Amino acid sequence: MRSQHIKVLIVVAALAAIAIIVPNTNSFVILLTTRALAFSILVMSLDILLGYTGLPSLGQAAYLGVGAYVTAILATRYQFGLGYDFWLVVALGILLAAALAAIFGLLAIRATGVYFLMITLALGQCIWGLAYRWNSLTGGDNGINLRARPKFGIDLADEVTFFYLVFGLFALSLLLMYTLVRSPFGQSLAGIRERELRMKILGYNTWLHKYIAFIVAGGFGGLSGVLWAHTAGIVSPENVVLTTSVDALLMAVLGGAGTLVGGIIGAIIVFGLREYLSTLVPWWQYVLGAVYVLTILYLPTGLMGIPERIRRRRALSGSRKAIKNIAPAAS
Amino acid sequence: MNTQFWLVQAFNGISYGALLFLVGSGLSLIFGVMRIVNLSHGSYFLLGGYIALSVIWTTGSWLLAIPVAALVVAVLGMAMERVFLQPLGFDPLRQVLLTVGFAFLFQQAALDIWSGNNFDINPPDALTRSIVVGGLYLPLYRVFMIGMAAVIGLILWLVMEKTRIGAAVRATVDDAQMARGVGIDTSRISMLIFSLGALLAALGGVIGGAFLGIYPGLDFEMLPIAFAVVIIGGMGSLGGAAIGALIVGLADNFGKALFPELSYFTLYAPMALILAVKPTGLFGRE
Repeated sequence: MRSQHIKVLIVVAALAAIAIIVPNTNSFVILLTTRALAFSILVMSLDILLGYTGLPSLGQAAYLGVGAYVTAILATRYQFGLGYDFWLVVALGILLAAALAAIFGLLAIRATGVYFLMITLALGQCIWGLAYRWNSLTGGDNGINLRARPKFGIDLADEVTFFYLVFGLFALSLLLMYTLVRSPFGQSLAGIRERELRMKILGYNTWLHKYIAFIVAGGFGGLSGVLWAHTAGIVSPENVVLTTSVDALLMAVLGGAGTLVGGIIGAIIVFGLREYLSTLVPWWQYVLGAVYVLTILYLPTGLMGIPERIRRRRALSGSRKAIKNIAPAAS
Repeated sequence: MNTQFWLVQAFNGISYGALLFLVGSGLSLIFGVMRIVNLSHGSYFLLGGYIALSVIWTTGSWLLAIPVAALVVAVLGMAMERVFLQPLGFDPLRQVLLTVGFAFLFQQAALDIWSGNNFDINPPDALTRSIVVGGLYLPLYRVFMIGMAAVIGLILWLVMEKTRIGAAVRATVDDAQMARGVGIDTSRISMLIFSLGALLAALGGVIGGAFLGIYPGLDFEMLPIAFAVVIIGGMGSLGGAAIGALIVGLADNFGKALFPELSYFTLYAPMALILAVKPTGLFGRE
């Protein structure tokens, strides 16, 4: 319990540091961090499924897409969501994405392992197909340009103000998701991840648990999408394509699945590599690919898992020495 | 919309299905034997096309380009399976992420070597004509694609059904543990099937490059379509891949012609439904 408190303190301190330091840097860093924060809500929502429930989704970008397209369509067609009604759009984006997850979940939740990967891939592609082809609604391949950010007392066109808004919603999401995974419900999810059959035998309705987790994750994905639309200023099929879902999955694994905050670490590293390194060298994608491959081969628990691995290695070598001391001739 | 429209669309759908069979059958076999969701399969398709281009540019021979591209990519696939996938063991998530990491690496490599331009693979003049059948002008190249897929499908079927190694592959698909138990070297089977799958995808890239073109991003465009083929047909079954390819080819063509705004939706929604109802696909082995 104590070590958990220390971990929470470290995370709070790190977030406070981000909130204080980033606004005082240049606009490039502010924009980069804003992007990473907005996207990392999606990554954390995926982590609820991947890290806490054991459901690796390959279609999480669909929910980001719903939130983003709702925001963009309402803003450009009806000038809706550019004042105080922005908060209505936030609510709507979350609700619609959760509703979509409720439909998709009915199809997907029964599947496990590889089949869950495949079915979420197929469902994600459905949304991509609509975004790509339904020209009259989504603008097709060109996407939709958002001309202005909302203004309500504060002007979100200002980079720093907008950064604080995204940061605030990110921190709130993290808090809510953290509460969720620490709750009895979250503990049951972890039980399902470890051994679903045992949880069933204990009388848990595992299907319902997974279904609710799926819907909650979808809702947070929608929130991420609303923020993403205003962060990027453009919503296009790029946002719902398979590679975006894969990105989210890789960020979660890179940071460390089942840690929530691993999502923001993964997002910052990947966005940093992609948008900063790409301005320096043409071969940045090799670095990204290599980071992915090496993480998966040598660091399956992600960056957040490093301290644990070091501790375990120490404990292991300690116990080896102990064994040698006790029984030097045993081997 | 007269008979001619339906016939031409059906012909186009079938010939596109022929191409999809090449890509999908490999993916299906890989999935059946190894239970790997191979996200670098689209990259094999694209690399096949690019390597064929290089061969054509240096030697001028289209006929030579086909086997060279297929074999180079097959070796690449084999190396990837041996060095990276095999040591990973069975872990669906890590495998899928590893293959996508490689897909990104291949993407960058292709960009460096062949630049970001769009290319076309030009088949010999003899294949660019049209033939007239019953008043319909059919491009000979599409007829060739159908013939190629039929021949390869037949060879694959004969190998799978009539040879000892084919029987070993089928046994591994059905129950890998049992297959190991009776002395089948499933690790070697995995290696062979993975490189065969890569070979077939590359073949698809060379042949499809003539009418799809070869350009960056094609890899991740083909990949989900190949998965639709595999899932609708059933994973690990050749006949299923053939039927799945035909269905997807026709659905894609008619979808684009009849309701363009929903065309991809009509492709992936049935795929999701089939997966939800019967995860092993319409014709998959239980």
